[in-house]
Amino acid sequence: MNNITKKITVIFWKDILTELRTKQVITSVLVFAILVMVIFNFAFGTGGETAELAAPGILWVAITFGGVLGFNRIFSLEKENSRLEGLMLCPVDRTVLYWGKLAGGFTFVLAVAIVVTPVCLALFNLPLVLPELVLVVILAISGFAVVGTLFSAIAVNTRARDIMLPILMLPVVIPVIIAAVNATSEIMAGGSWGDISIWLQIIITFDFIYAVIATLVFEFVVEE
Amino acid sequence: MNENNDESIPAIDVSGLTKSFGERPALRGIDLQVAQGERLVIFGPNGAGKTTLVKTLSTLLKPSSGRIFLEGMDIRSKPSQIRSRLSLVSHQTFLYDDLTVYENLKFYGRMYDVPALNERIGELVTWLQVESRLYDRVGTLSHGLQQRVTIARAVLHNPSILFLDEPEIGLDQQASLAIGDIMKADGRRTVVMTTHNLERGLELGREILILNKGKVVFQESRDKVDPTDFRQVYNNCTGTTGE
Repeated sequence: MNNITKKITVIFWKDILTELRTKQVITSVLVFAILVMVIFNFAFGTGGETAELAAPGILWVAITFGGVLGFNRIFSLEKENSRLEGLMLCPVDRTVLYWGKLAGGFTFVLAVAIVVTPVCLALFNLPLVLPELVLVVILAISGFAVVGTLFSAIAVNTRARDIMLPILMLPVVIPVIIAAVNATSEIMAGGSWGDISIWLQIIITFDFIYAVIATLVFEFVVEE
Repeated sequence: MNENNDESIPAIDVSGLTKSFGERPALRGIDLQVAQGERLVIFGPNGAGKTTLVKTLSTLLKPSSGRIFLEGMDIRSKPSQIRSRLSLVSHQTFLYDDLTVYENLKFYGRMYDVPALNERIGELVTWLQVESRLYDRVGTLSHGLQQRVTIARAVLHNPSILFLDEPEIGLDQQASLAIGDIMKADGRRTVVMTTHNLERGLELGREILILNKGKVVFQESRDKVDPTDFRQVYNNCTGTTGE
């Protein structure tokens, strides 16, 4: 493990350990996401054509808005006691801080998705389609994490940070949400890998482009 | 100690340093040299620019203009290398309330690649008398104890330049003694401390500086400062009155 990976892992484990103690992110995001699905479930009912059509959208509404809640916490944790200054004094490149925080945020939201996705499929009486859906969820959450971590660092320095993050983040991640919803619809309708490949390509391209942009601009975002 | 192991190179060498926040200037052309192993105490009223100066020197803020060299290295060209040699204690602890004292120190120690980390943590918690609380969460400690852990965090990697930004706010006696120990240590570490407490600053410093409205208005060796007159000097330099 090289020095950069080691430092990213140190930050990641610190966030995981803090979360295991407080359970602030996972609990709030999980409760929110499940509530969203239960409410929609009452509206659309279980099974049937409407539920089948609505389920992918509902799943991604739950993950997206839950994710926004989660990413809000990523840097607000560092704001208390000026911990961000403590991190910025460490002899590491700013991008190490970004990737360390991103790894934590990704893990929290993925953990929520791992619980929420089967719940969604069960509530809407849909078949459990694993490999394709797992890939879509991982790639789409990577996209959320790449953008969410950057915007969380921006929003944390604003007064209305809880409102600011969704305003900044959601318009940017719309391509990921659209691609993820369409890919999930195809999967639930029994589509093949070929049917979802175009959506996967969109998400992968998005992830790559924003990972590069965020890595390059993060330093300017946190410095002042 | 420095890049070239040359002790004639100043620990801190600042020329023409300015820093503005939008239209508001906080530092207006600071020129400053601090020798290696020096103990500089910076006084100044609120808003004089003390914290801005410390944050700029410690790489947390970027200068608007001017040059800063720490131990011969330009802070713009080698920021990570410089950060491994400096540390900062401010009135904020930088600690994670939900992690234990040990976990906090371990985290920062790993970020600084401190060798023999457990032994080093052991040394520091014994010195600061927090060993009995090593596995307690930081959030459960009193402010004084948290400040002791903050001092341990700051000196964990044995920095050669230490910035103390009004570190004595809310300190208990043990932590205050620790600050004194750090300041008066073997002379190998360069320490820059800001404070409002004139008596304490004169007691600890070997070089005295007064900052007012972002400018250095007084700089003198402690030996040449008469403590009985210093309050008057401070008031004259800063345009303040009273105790």
